[in-house]
Parts: sequence; C-alpha cells; structure tokens
Amino acid sequence: MDDFIHIDLKLFATLADKTPPEADRFPVPRGSTVGQVLEKLGMTPETAKLIFVNGVRQPLDYRLHDGDRVGIFPPIGGG
Amino acid sequence: MDNLVAAIKKEAVSATLPDGSPVETITASRAERLAEEFGLSLRRVEIKILENGVVPRRYLRNLKTFSLSDQARLLESKAAVIGLGGLGGMVAETLARLGVGQLVLVDGDRFEEHNLNRQLLALHSNLGRPKAGEAARRIRRINSAVEVEVHGHFFGPETAGTALEGARVVVDCLDAIDTRFLLEKAAKDCGLPLISAAVAGFSGHVTTVFPSDEGLRSIYGPPDSLSANRGAETSLGCLAPAVSLLGCLEATEVCKVLLGKTGNLRNKLLLVDLNDYTFQVLDLA
Repeated sequence: MDDFIHIDLKLFATLADKTPPEADRFPVPRGSTVGQVLEKLGMTPETAKLIFVNGVRQPLDYRLHDGDRVGIFPPIGGG
Repeated sequence: MDNLVAAIKKEAVSATLPDGSPVETITASRAERLAEEFGLSLRRVEIKILENGVVPRRYLRNLKTFSLSDQARLLESKAAVIGLGGLGGMVAETLARLGVGQLVLVDGDRFEEHNLNRQLLALHSNLGRPKAGEAARRIRRINSAVEVEVHGHFFGPETAGTALEGARVVVDCLDAIDTRFLLEKAAKDCGLPLISAAVAGFSGHVTTVFPSDEGLRSIYGPPDSLSANRGAETSLGCLAPAVSLLGCLEATEVCKVLLGKTGNLRNKLLLVDLNDYTFQVLDLA
C-alpha cells in the first residue's frame, strides 16, 4: 500500500452524488494530480471548476500529498 | 446649522444601553420634525444628530459594534444592489436596517409564484408587481431615512454607468454567471469594490472583489470557459435558508467595506454548505 496515499475528499452541490465511499480516507496512487482523481470519479474540468486543497485554491495539475483535504465545487450562480 | 444643533440637543432624551452605559437618543418622529423644520432630508438630519453625539433610536442596537461615527458613515454611503431576488431582497432589507443611507435598487423583473419559496420580498399580494418598486416600498417602511433610487430595468453594460454612479460599493445579487462577469467589469471600470454571492440548493459562496483583484475568474475560470450561464442551481434549485444566509453575509461585507473593517473576504471565498454545516474560508489569491 506504500504506492497509495489517502486524501480527505469533499464534493459540493451537484458533485456530491459522485462522492466515493470512505471519502475522508480516499486512496489515490502516490503522485496523482487532482485532475487524475477527478477523471477517475467521472468529473469533467467544466463541472469541477473550483478546486481547493487545505483551504487554498489549486489548479488541476496540483500533485496530491498524503492527508490533503481536497474540496471541489461546481459552478453555481443562483440567487 | 447652529440652530439645528441646538434643536438636536433640546430634543435629545437620556437613555441607558443594555450594558448600563448612558446614551443620548432621539426618536424618528422628532428627527422627522427637525428635517421638516430645517428643510433637510431625514438622512442629513440623522447624520447631524450622530455628529453631535446623539443616536437616532432606530440605531440603538447597532451600538457599540458600530460607533456613532461608523453609523454616520453608513448613512453617508451609497450601495448599489444589482438584482432583487432572493439575495438582493435580503441585502436591501438588511442594509436599510443597518442604516446604509442611500440604496440603488436595480432589477427589471416582476415577482412570480416560483419566487415565493425564498425571496423575502415576494408575497402573494405582490405577484406580478416590479421587484424594484416593491423593494423600495419595503425599505421606506423599514427606515424612512434611507434614500432609495429605483432602476426598474435589468442590469446591462449600457445602463451600468447610471446604476453605479455615486455608489461606494456594488452588491452582486444576480442569478446568471455571465451577467455577474459583466457587473464585475462595470464595477472595476468605476473603481468600485464588488461583493458577490451565489447559491445552489443548500450551498453557496461569497467573496469581495476590489478593482485590481482577479475576482470572479478565480472562482469560475475565464468567462469564455463556461459551458452555460447557469450552474448547479438548475438542478438543485435555491433554498430559502441558503439564499437568505448568503444575502446576510453580503450585507455584512458591505458594512466591512464601507467602514474599512478588517477581516473581510477580499481574495477569499467563504464557502457554505448547509447539508453538513461546512463553513470554510478559502484563499483565492
């Protein structure tokens, strides 16, 4: 299991139904980017616009670390 | 003016705040009489009252979070509220209660039945009526010192100049992402800070954008990368607790920006998800 790290993943709004089981300890291959995780979970960059890791906005090619808290928000515009 | 100051002192009544500290107050009806007597607007008279160490009673419970000079500064300020649906209705209401002295209310829409689930100003009795006019009526009934400018048309680049003229802050209460970008551009062109919130279902976010900031691009990406003008709200709807809360957060940001308070959401995004009570402040810059 050394080749896997665990991230705490939270998917917001319409993305919530793509939340995997045990999302707070979600295993991803070491060296994965956020973009690769999105792809694996069936999300497109268009639906997953706002990515933040440990409270800071990050791009799709951000390389994940063990224990990272990852949040993903789709575009929302209602009022 | 010396006569006005003397009249204010004469009309002032001593009272006590809940913490026991003394305060000089004046009632709305006395302030209205002074406005009539001296040929001034009620807003001007209330500012003069505060400058002389007396508090119009309607603002008593704003103390001591606000000082008298904070309250006077809010009364001096003009905020433009763009969009008067769920967010804008709550923003207008809250700013009037806080005592922001001049409000520009912009919306070309009329109330419809599907607004009743969340929009503070939507009532069975005013369905079909223009939102901007109804908002103005409501504000006059809450705080007669607030001066309201009604713009009963939809926000667009061609009317942005008139809508934002003289404002010190702009509040984005729109419901389409592309129009939000147009408003951000207009606010930046006028050198004004913009407070922007959006909602989908039980979640939402709010931020404050100053003219030199990256702003909405840091949330939505470049405007031309968007596949649609609307977002997740098309399938999740907009629920009253989320939209009302986000409107209140926008009004809070208006206060902070107008009063130069620290701890605002510039280059930050407050994310709210009422499904699991997530409240998180993100760094955008």
